[in-house]
Amino acid sequence: MRAFTYTEPGTVTEAVAALAAAGPGARFLAGGTTLYDLMKLGVEAPAAVVDVHRIAGLATIDTSGPAELVFGGGARMADVAEDPVLLRDYPALAESLAKAASQQLRTMATVGGNLLQRTRCAYFRGGRPFACNKREPGSGCAAREGLDRGHAVLGISDACIATYPGDWAIALIAFDAVVDVLGPAGERTVPLAQLHVEPGEHPEREHTLAPGELILRIRVPTTGTGRGSTYHKIRDRESYAFALTSAAAAVALDADGTVTDARLALGGVATVPWRAAEAERSLVGQPLSPDASRRAGEIVFADAVVGTSNGYKIELGIRTVVDALRIAGERATQ
Amino acid sequence: MAVPNQAVPTTVAGSVPAAFQVNDRLVELDLDPRESLLDVLRERLGMTGTKKGCDHGQCGACTVHIDGRRVVSCLTPAVQVRGTTVTTIEGVAGPDRELHPLQQAFIDNDALQCGYCTPGQIMSGLACIAEGHADTDDRAREYLSGNLCRCGAYEGIIAAVRGCSAQGTAEEVSG
Ligand SMILES: Cc1cc2nc3c(=O)[nH]c(=O)nc-3n(C[C@H](O)[C@H](O)[C@H](O)COP(=O)(O)OP(=O)(O)OC[C@H]3O[C@@H](n4cnc5c(N)ncnc54)[C@H](O)[C@@H]3O)c2cc1C
Ligand code: SF4
Ligand code: FES
Ligand code: FES
Repeated sequence: MRAFTYTEPGTVTEAVAALAAAGPGARFLAGGTTLYDLMKLGVEAPAAVVDVHRIAGLATIDTSGPAELVFGGGARMADVAEDPVLLRDYPALAESLAKAASQQLRTMATVGGNLLQRTRCAYFRGGRPFACNKREPGSGCAAREGLDRGHAVLGISDACIATYPGDWAIALIAFDAVVDVLGPAGERTVPLAQLHVEPGEHPEREHTLAPGELILRIRVPTTGTGRGSTYHKIRDRESYAFALTSAAAAVALDADGTVTDARLALGGVATVPWRAAEAERSLVGQPLSPDASRRAGEIVFADAVVGTSNGYKIELGIRTVVDALRIAGERATQ
Repeated sequence: MAVPNQAVPTTVAGSVPAAFQVNDRLVELDLDPRESLLDVLRERLGMTGTKKGCDHGQCGACTVHIDGRRVVSCLTPAVQVRGTTVTTIEGVAGPDRELHPLQQAFIDNDALQCGYCTPGQIMSGLACIAEGHADTDDRAREYLSGNLCRCGAYEGIIAAVRGCSAQGTAEEVSG
């Protein structure tokens, strides 16, 4: 591992200043479960690391307000997953965390760092001699001719087909979350839907944060639709694995069972957290039937492009949507 | 916790002075910021009870507690434990070396074969009980899924943790 300068500032303002002072290639370190892991693999090699994992105030969780739920960027996944308001009123948010990683990792990992976790593509993690445009721009993409069973079918480009691996961002994007960040130029707010970028010709660029911007908090507008929600995650084994396909689904129903509000986002199948707006619109104003749910799933995958071994993700993804909407519908009527 | 919290502004290239507690021992070391807690425990403190399986957060063999919460020590940069109390498998038995009830339950339930995953299973099991996640078989399985056992001793492991949970015997170590 490349040697680096280690700094542990006491406040967020000091952290932003320390990162700016450290120059290009410096990184914030939170739980380290992505960054330190990739540093061990030599895939990340920052010259300076600014540790934010115990900055007071960065880990605050406040779900008591009438207008929004607030999660400090440094809050631990394990703590947010057990928040009583989330468990009762937004099960999709709680489940997206509880079904991610393992409890040991969730007590370390932060909900801010989680958003910026990097792909599990084996060629990206494996380092040289594998070609990888994300790790080494212009070198090619080994997954194209290689093992692509876990790779994306939506939002891909010629340069990269790596899946966005996280679960939390999938549930957040369905609930219109925004992210407050602090940088050298001050504070600004980024809608989660504009945080991640598809690979295009530059897969090395994964998000729209400027270098040195610190995620202060994630905010989610409150909504009654949260009660009828689920995060449905299909894995190779029942627990402790990344999603093959997943769906965050939420519905509100009127007294006749007609859908008045629908939220749908998918994980495991796309290069970025994938909000399925057109599929959502197809559900509103209709009864929540298996046929309508299946049609919504088909809309999501209408433009999917498959590779050698990931074609199964289309049918599995559609069925994941159908199951997720069924669970959400049951919860909405309880 | 006897150690002062050192989360004060520090900028260090090369070596970071650190003080932390490991079980009942106060440790003072200069750390290279690249070192993992796992390597510090095993290579610098000679505490080889904590095992290295994958070194990438995937197997749970290296599980320890920091201030009572379970973590994987392979993905914990050692500099992050300054000022904390680390509990390892060596700190689980009683003062006269009598086995902790969960250790005894592993023996009684045949919860190991080669034993390589066992220190991690026990540290995870203790935390699982203390967190309240061992109240049903399904929940215990879910919350122990971060600990892989190549020998497949899962049935015994779940039986040991569930049995101990029912007796309420884990709290005494989670510190
Ligand atoms: C074995 C294993 C299994 C996993 N399984 C899953 C899974 O099933 N589902 C899932 O969703 N995730 C999974 N993960 C990923 C894990 O959830 C993420 O690694 C974790 O959430 C990242 O958070 P962290 O605090 O550890 O971030 P770090 O590793 O510390 O940081 C990650 C990145 O975010 C940046 N960063 C961190 N905090 C901030 C901040 N406040 N502001 C700006 N930038 C910041 C860092 O600079 C770095 O680039 C798994 C990880 C492992 C090792
Ligand atoms: S899919 Fe993306 S991350 Fe994987 S090898 Fe190709 S360019 Fe790299
Ligand atoms: S050695 Fe740490 S999880 Fe495998
Ligand atoms: S007892 Fe051998 S790995 Fe678990």
